Amino acid sequence: MSLLSSRLEPALQPVLDKVASRIPLHWQIKGAHAFQSVKKRAGKNRAVPVFREVPLPGVSTLALADIDVSNPFLYRQGLWHSYFKRLRDECPVHYQANSPFGPFWSITRYEDILFVDTRHDLFSAEPIISIGPQPEGLEIETFIAMDPPRHDQQRQAVQNVVAPKNLAQMEDLIRSRTAEVLDHLPIGEPFDWVQRVSIELTSRMLATLFDFPFEQRHKLAYWSDLAAGSPETTGGNADNDEGFRAAADMARQMSSLWREKEARKAAGEDMGFDLISLLLANENTRDMINRPMEFIGNMVLLIVGGNDTTRNSMTGGVLALNQFPDQFVRLKQNPDLVPNMVSEIIRWQTPLAYMRRVAKQDVELSGQTIRKGDKVVMWYASGNRDERAIENPDQFIIDRQNARKHLSFGFGVHRCMGNRLAEMQLRILWEELLKRFEAIEVVGEPEYVQSNFVRGYTRMNVRLG
Amino acid sequence: MGRITFVEHNGAKHPVEIEAGKSLMEAAVENGIPGIDADCGGACACGTCHVIVDKSWVESTGEMYASEEGMLAMTPEKTDTSRLSCQVTVSESMDGMVVHLPEFQM
Ligand code: HEM
Ligand code: FES
Repeated sequence: MSLLSSRLEPALQPVLDKVASRIPLHWQIKGAHAFQSVKKRAGKNRAVPVFREVPLPGVSTLALADIDVSNPFLYRQGLWHSYFKRLRDECPVHYQANSPFGPFWSITRYEDILFVDTRHDLFSAEPIISIGPQPEGLEIETFIAMDPPRHDQQRQAVQNVVAPKNLAQMEDLIRSRTAEVLDHLPIGEPFDWVQRVSIELTSRMLATLFDFPFEQRHKLAYWSDLAAGSPETTGGNADNDEGFRAAADMARQMSSLWREKEARKAAGEDMGFDLISLLLANENTRDMINRPMEFIGNMVLLIVGGNDTTRNSMTGGVLALNQFPDQFVRLKQNPDLVPNMVSEIIRWQTPLAYMRRVAKQDVELSGQTIRKGDKVVMWYASGNRDERAIENPDQFIIDRQNARKHLSFGFGVHRCMGNRLAEMQLRILWEELLKRFEAIEVVGEPEYVQSNFVRGYTRMNVRLG
Repeated sequence: MGRITFVEHNGAKHPVEIEAGKSLMEAAVENGIPGIDADCGGACACGTCHVIVDKSWVESTGEMYASEEGMLAMTPEKTDTSRLSCQVTVSESMDGMVVHLPEFQM
């Protein structure tokens, strides 16, 4: 089996890690790819679903049992809202028996989601948090998909990178890089906000976080999109062969970055506040490169976690203020509302639609019996619009009371580690936008990502005034 | 009526009247003490109501459950006397208690 598989015999793991630490990571990934290609030719691979877009029916025409919220076109077609409202009202804990991803439960109300997210004793995040599995041979180990105590150990090792103390040191750098992007935007002529602002800013931020070669920063966004976009995982349209090549490229580049910094540290140079420097400075993680599964898993988690979530919040905020123009007027009168608005943007957008769990035992919830081993999907996107927990949930209100009380970052031990960083980036973006522009007008309709997981935009034309 | 004093990281002191039965988090939020976010509204699920109890008062804050310990372990600024204030119930016996706020919430 591939060395990247997460389903290794526990007793074998240390031995394999030892072997693995001597084989360069990108070779291992290439090896896994070759193995999968041979299996594919021999017809032995797991079937990968193919998704073709057709107009979906209105939810009122469907029987409850036929409602399938895992459809990757639901968000793009603007139907997610009515589908989830029906589930929240009529069947808040809902079973779909025949989706392309297999059977799964949907948890759609705020309070039930809070329950599932905080009860890691009842619901496991392993082996992965998407509805579907990771591509065969690319099953990377990350602590977002680990239960305590392993989760806690791994998170504690890296969380200082994005801890508020470290962020305070990064703020000036992020602000100057943001200003530079905004100062070069055209006035009065439409351009693609996603490419020129959202992707550009998040790539810059990730390059800062990793101290990654600045001129190659677009690779980070590219790797991230491939990692989250496989059809079998989230219903996306990423190509798995391309995914393998990207994973190998990433492993090679991240390993050499590590080695470089290790050498600089050995030479007694001052170390920065980037991720790898902090890992090298920590007793428990300074030799993480010798545990390649853990090393690559942590790199991928931070790249993916910090990428399209923040990117789509940067686009979503502009769209929200265009749909609720009175709020933009108020914002310009009260720039002090920016921090509160940032939380409201993150709720309104809900960049990640859900996290998935697996029941560890039979659990009764809202009148349904979830059986041990069943997949359970916590739909944050639905909970954030639950009328029972949030007043006027479909309204975008920049001075909403309790705006921070939303589900977009999850709750419990897996609560988003980068939440403060995301909020800081968005706050800086809006502070700098308000200094420069009177009008930020969306031109035409945005284009949406194909996915049941990422709620985002591939294109949105904007004209500044 | 007794008082509990919250001390901000910069040293600013905020005494509040004790209202027995409320959580320490509610006492802080209702009295407008800065530096407590309480994003989950007291469900022991976000870690943003972290406080550091004065050493001599730890005993009086009562027992800590595993769920609280689990969330606190995720806070980079955790100390030996850290608590999640939503999990501490205020009582009359806390008259004079001093509670420090961390520099940052998680
Ligand atoms: C608006 C932006 C963001 C959103 C909406 C978001 C959302 C989430 C969600 C829903 C989870 C899982 C929570 C759960 O299972 O209960 C999560 C976990 C995580 N996020 Fe974020 N995230 C964002 C930004 C970031 C950034 C900027 C980073 C890092 C650079 C990041 C890194 C992580 C990590 C490492 C985890 C795993 C935490 C764990 O399992 O303990 N995220 N995020
Ligand atoms: S308010 Fe969320 S843990 Fe206390």
